[in-house]
Amino acid sequence: MIDPLSVFLMLLGAATPILFASLGELVAERAGVLNLGVEGMMICGALAGFAAAHASGSPALGFLAAAVGGTAISLIFAGLSQYLLTNQVATGLALTLFGLGLTAMFGKPYEGTKAPSMPMGPLGLNWMIWLGLIAVPLVWWFLNRSRAGLVLRAVGENHDAAHALGYPVRRIRVLAIAFGGAMAGLGGAYISIATVLQWTEGMTAGAGWIALAIVVFSRWDPRGALAGAWLFGGVTVLQLRLQAAGVSVPVQLLSMAPYLATILVLVLISAQQKFGRSAGGAAPGSLGRPFHALR
Amino acid sequence: MKRRTLLGSAAALMAVSALPALAQGEKLKVGFIYVGPIGDGGWTYQHDLGRLAIEKEYGDRIETSYIESVPEGADAERALTQLALAGNKLIFATSFGFMDAVQNVAKKFPDVKFEHATGYKRADNVATYDARFYEGRAVIGTIAGLMTKSNKIGYIGSFPIPEVLQGINSAYLAAKKVNPEVEMKVVWAYSWFDPAKEADAAAALFAEGVDVFMQHTDSTAPLAKAAESGAIGFGQASDMANFKPSPRVSSIIDNWEPYYIKRVGAALDGTWKSEGVWLGIGDGEVEIGEITDAVPAEVKAKAEEVRDAIAKGELHPFTGPLKKQDGSDWLAEGETAKDEDLSAMNFYVEGITAQLPK
Repeated sequence: MIDPLSVFLMLLGAATPILFASLGELVAERAGVLNLGVEGMMICGALAGFAAAHASGSPALGFLAAAVGGTAISLIFAGLSQYLLTNQVATGLALTLFGLGLTAMFGKPYEGTKAPSMPMGPLGLNWMIWLGLIAVPLVWWFLNRSRAGLVLRAVGENHDAAHALGYPVRRIRVLAIAFGGAMAGLGGAYISIATVLQWTEGMTAGAGWIALAIVVFSRWDPRGALAGAWLFGGVTVLQLRLQAAGVSVPVQLLSMAPYLATILVLVLISAQQKFGRSAGGAAPGSLGRPFHALR
Repeated sequence: MKRRTLLGSAAALMAVSALPALAQGEKLKVGFIYVGPIGDGGWTYQHDLGRLAIEKEYGDRIETSYIESVPEGADAERALTQLALAGNKLIFATSFGFMDAVQNVAKKFPDVKFEHATGYKRADNVATYDARFYEGRAVIGTIAGLMTKSNKIGYIGSFPIPEVLQGINSAYLAAKKVNPEVEMKVVWAYSWFDPAKEADAAAALFAEGVDVFMQHTDSTAPLAKAAESGAIGFGQASDMANFKPSPRVSSIIDNWEPYYIKRVGAALDGTWKSEGVWLGIGDGEVEIGEITDAVPAEVKAKAEEVRDAIAKGELHPFTGPLKKQDGSDWLAEGETAKDEDLSAMNFYVEGITAQLPK
């Protein structure tokens, strides 16, 4: 009745924006930075990307602008949290509110205009979906197999030790935040350029918060982020398709499922820690803590 | 010296605090809370046009303010309280889900007048107003029934509440009248405004073979999606003229301006009373947007015939004999639905195969 392949293809599309955003946030968190401004960075990327794609007629330029836009706003967070040592939770929340307001203001002229259509890649999937899938092993390889990734993880686990070893904690964190901003920007632009095909104020509608949940669900592992993005994206697509096919589905239960899974993972992590098993899969040791060399 | 500074600052303080009180006496402050952003291009956008219309009409005599993107629930109470504390004496709450919040806040501020859109709970200082959207649905349902080639019409619903069910039933009945083969597919988004989800919902309908769709959500995302896949749809709440001539082949426009002008006028001259009004096509509160050349002339003529018959009161979209989905009788031959039945509607009519979520 429902073609599973077409559901899977729709799932890949629905998962792409949250996959990009969660991969970016994952890298930032592995460096010890908790940036709750994902939603704000996504909406900035959505507008910057849409504006550039609309002006140039090229989706590729749009995504480039989205990455730049996301990075630019993430650097505000980097400056405040890394140089002025503000509280990361409060600063991240402020970044989200700021991003939503800023784009609402600058987005006015783009309301009602259309995006250029996305060129299709292999298997009828656009190339941003492919790029998202390729990014998963790349980020995993960077974190687990490269020297730079090892240093980044060291900074996230224990910034005092990393500092004592002579690593530039602050600079590494700023770079990780910037990467997170660029990825969130790409994810946001996917919504405006590929999914919705237009600019609407507040259009990310909570995708940034889902990305944050996925990072926890993934236990800070890029492979888990892919699984999480497919779970969250899959539930959305599947329940809509089932409804359209006239099947009565408990929508509330289905929508709740990924969040319940996230809570379950959190419980498992803390149970593991309590019973002294491996600390693997737990949150980075210095997550959310400000660092100052003279402290 | 010290005492003089103290006295001086006290005087300054008094002067400052006296100013707003004076200003308040002169101007009527009118507040609005919106469920989505003004830029949604649909529902909230139309309400804000109403706000701008009263500003134009009454100029210096009033002062308006609004809070947008207020979630339905506890936050609505906070937003309403904030508007009441800021000195607004007339407050419009423009979404069904604000109903209980309006009731609670209205009890605390008996001297503030509240106007709640699409709800049914009233009080001495709470009036309700609604538009007969289902009349418009009958017009676009007629177009949908004549235009569909697959005989599958899609409907993106927000929440299964009476206002939305009236629309689905009315559109289905109108479509079936002109095309007995027609089938209605319904997808609930469980949101008034979530462009990405609305676009996905539209895509899910198109994947099921739907080629004409309607929506009861607030963004233009489904129309943008339709442009990509060749389906046609209708502007919802606002004209959504950017998608002319296709995929938007017509639209239902909510025109709140006359009502807002009338009610603010009543508040200004002291004749405001709590009441519930429900206006439709005949009163100009529900308008049908231009039917474009993307539909054949005879389809357009048929739709306009339905529109005019409803406007004149000759046709009621819910006229018996009608049965509910479960086969039980609803309206007898020639009987039309009563307003109180409509505003409590919690069922699909016979013929719709989708199941209503409980």
